[in-house]
Amino acid sequence: MSNLLFDTPGRRARRRVLIASALSVVGLAALVYMTVRRLANQGQLGAEKWSPVFNPADEQFALLWRFLAVGLLNTLRAASVAVVLSVALGTALAVARISAARSYGWLIVTAVEILRGVPVVIAIFFAARVLPELGLELPLMWYLVIGLTVYNSVVIGEIVRAGVGALPRGQTEAAEALGLSRGQTLGLVLLPQAFRIMLPALISQLVVVLKDTSLGAFISYEELLRRGNIAVQSLQNPLQLFLVIALLFIAVNYALGQLAARVERRVSQSAAFQD
Amino acid sequence: MDVVVENFHLYYTGFLKTLGICLWAAAGSVLLGTSLAALRVSPVQSLQWMSAGYVNALRNCPLTVVLFFVAFGLPELGLNCSYYWFAVSALVLYTAAFICEAARSGINSVPQGQAEAARSIGMSFSRSLRLVILPQALRSVVPPLGSVIIAMIKNSAIVGAFGVGGELFSVGDTLTGSRGYAALPVLSGVLIGYLLITVSAGLLIQILERKATIAR
Repeated sequence: MSNLLFDTPGRRARRRVLIASALSVVGLAALVYMTVRRLANQGQLGAEKWSPVFNPADEQFALLWRFLAVGLLNTLRAASVAVVLSVALGTALAVARISAARSYGWLIVTAVEILRGVPVVIAIFFAARVLPELGLELPLMWYLVIGLTVYNSVVIGEIVRAGVGALPRGQTEAAEALGLSRGQTLGLVLLPQAFRIMLPALISQLVVVLKDTSLGAFISYEELLRRGNIAVQSLQNPLQLFLVIALLFIAVNYALGQLAARVERRVSQSAAFQD
Repeated sequence: MDVVVENFHLYYTGFLKTLGICLWAAAGSVLLGTSLAALRVSPVQSLQWMSAGYVNALRNCPLTVVLFFVAFGLPELGLNCSYYWFAVSALVLYTAAFICEAARSGINSVPQGQAEAARSIGMSFSRSLRLVILPQALRSVVPPLGSVIIAMIKNSAIVGAFGVGGELFSVGDTLTGSRGYAALPVLSGVLIGYLLITVSAGLLIQILERKATIAR
């Protein structure tokens, strides 16, 4: 796409581009220098701020990382449970919406549209505050999981519906010609194919769920961010610790994103091969 | 629902505050996001990399973490302002990454032939950009931009959970938490406030979309 906006640069344009790159690198370097100087002025470069996080010889290093590792594990656990539940519920929702009769189909549509507009934090707080009032006491993780599931099952339901809708009509017609019932058509023919097309979208949604588990910090579920925040209180180095936590999240999510892109290439390749 | 009626002024001021946060954040993130997108499609490779690095980092980092980093980290650098502005800037930093992606996909959706045709009739770079490519790109960017903005409005509730006092979500939080009201009606009231904003934003975007779409 790189040559959509401009022609292949000639000699003069190449020189101008070179000057611009040099200027931008200098600008970035200046920015980095100013940040570092500011950090130094504020005493943020002192060893006591960094060594518990990055120096394995520090006595607090092992303790801190074990503490954070449990947090990361809790994050991953909540995210994976929520994703599995959301896929199951979302599929059920999509099937209900596809096969619903006109008379009550609008009910599902309305519910889906409303739930899609609900901020996830509110869904989680609903679970955490309302369920105990109704006499349902659960471990904290489940409030988070329920909140995430309610929101994401709707989103995944829409992804599934789009996936089924994207299949060629011939698939349904062939299944019907074979005498399969509507349920069999969906379950044996349409859904398995739809899932394959949707796999990249589902993995991307996993990234969203993983990011949203950090909201568990607000209901004091001890996931990565919450644990990081607790550690900050004793180590007094918010800048450094939150940087590490951000990097952890970015690493995991970036890997997932790359996986989604790779799966997408595979899927589109094999689809092209089939046709 | 008596709670909502009794504390209506709280809800009302909370609603207005949320609306304010959303407007500031929307303006800021569209500004930052489109400049990032401009860097991303510029011919200068180093600028492309910087923009791509920013987008990849911020897209993969939870908003909550960005918020903690900004609100607890920046004061350590000697940068102090109120929680309100920390919250708005965190929202801007985070949302800009998504706006950049939406804008870039809009520019990419303009068929290659358009740019080639513009060049072949002798238009200069700035004229082809201004008269041919951007008008088309802006139109196709409306729907994805709209969904990013709506997602941002929903994300603004996080800011309230974080402790920007008086914001719509934090109204619900204090009423259920320290004042001990039953959660169901209080949170339903909060939810209605957010739905009011998101639904009307959705309608606005739909109108814009209808105005902006062109038959290709």
